[in-house]
Amino acid sequence: MASSTLIPNPVTNNADRARDSSKRRKRKKIQRQSSGNGRDQNLNNNNDQITPWKSEVQQQVYSSKLLQALRQVRHGSVSGTSPTKSPRRGRAVREAADRVLAVTAKGRTRWSRAILTNKLKLKFMKSNRRQRGMVATATGNSRLKKPRVSILRLKTKNLQAVQRKARVLGRLVPGCRKQPLPVVLEEATDYIAALEMQVKAMAALADLLSGGSSSTSSAGAGNLGQLSFSRPPPSL
Amino acid sequence: MSNRRPASSTPRITDEQIIELVSKLQQLLPELRNRRSNKASASKVLQETCNYVRSLHKEVDDLSDRLSQLLSTIDNDSPQASIIRSLINQ
Repeated sequence: MASSTLIPNPVTNNADRARDSSKRRKRKKIQRQSSGNGRDQNLNNNNDQITPWKSEVQQQVYSSKLLQALRQVRHGSVSGTSPTKSPRRGRAVREAADRVLAVTAKGRTRWSRAILTNKLKLKFMKSNRRQRGMVATATGNSRLKKPRVSILRLKTKNLQAVQRKARVLGRLVPGCRKQPLPVVLEEATDYIAALEMQVKAMAALADLLSGGSSSTSSAGAGNLGQLSFSRPPPSL
Repeated sequence: MSNRRPASSTPRITDEQIIELVSKLQQLLPELRNRRSNKASASKVLQETCNYVRSLHKEVDDLSDRLSQLLSTIDNDSPQASIIRSLINQ
């Protein structure tokens, strides 16, 4: 899939490259497993498309990719570090996390493709489109010209309120601004599951990095405890 | 182009499909999962969905801010990153 080449993954250290190749092999195995799971569940029911997000495998895939992307962010910003850059780097981390999430979705959903293409547009054209989208979600106001309703007719639910809320939701989910209602609903269900997984993975990663109690694995606590003794824990 | 006719490409979406999608969405929402699915109207489900997506976005923003702070305080990358990776990949 072309989306995988969009990740800037060229320049890493030599040691990292060796580790990355082995990691990539392991990751490919995990990906094949997860894609196999997804395909099997696609055959059964539409409802089961949500469960691949909840599987442990998907979270591991996401976490490893996120870690790699975060290292890129760190190396990118190390050159020109200044303490006032934290809001911008927070934004960079958020964008990297979203991009990795979209890649983990393997482009099967509209929102994931929209995230990836928006990244591309931002890179090439330096437009403010995504920033405008972010501002809209941050303020949360509904700037509707007209409820441009309906390709479909909802007999019992043809209320202005429902359509208005559907538009608002369509703007929250990336890539669903002008989509009709069933598309928006479907994208929203997948997007919510993906966001939950993202939150869980990032929280676990933050816990690990801060040297806190890692509840995930057994051996991790011992190793991390060793590491925190060798270096004084960072004061946040 | 506000038309009430269905577009020629997509057949008319039935109400049952909408209801099913809405109920599926409702199952995901933490607020409405406890109640029976018949009780919540589509409007309420959509409203809760918007709120939930916004709260998830905010949570991701907070987490990414925290992660960026943590990243800045980690000096040497290799030992901790390799440990973390081994933990994650198992």
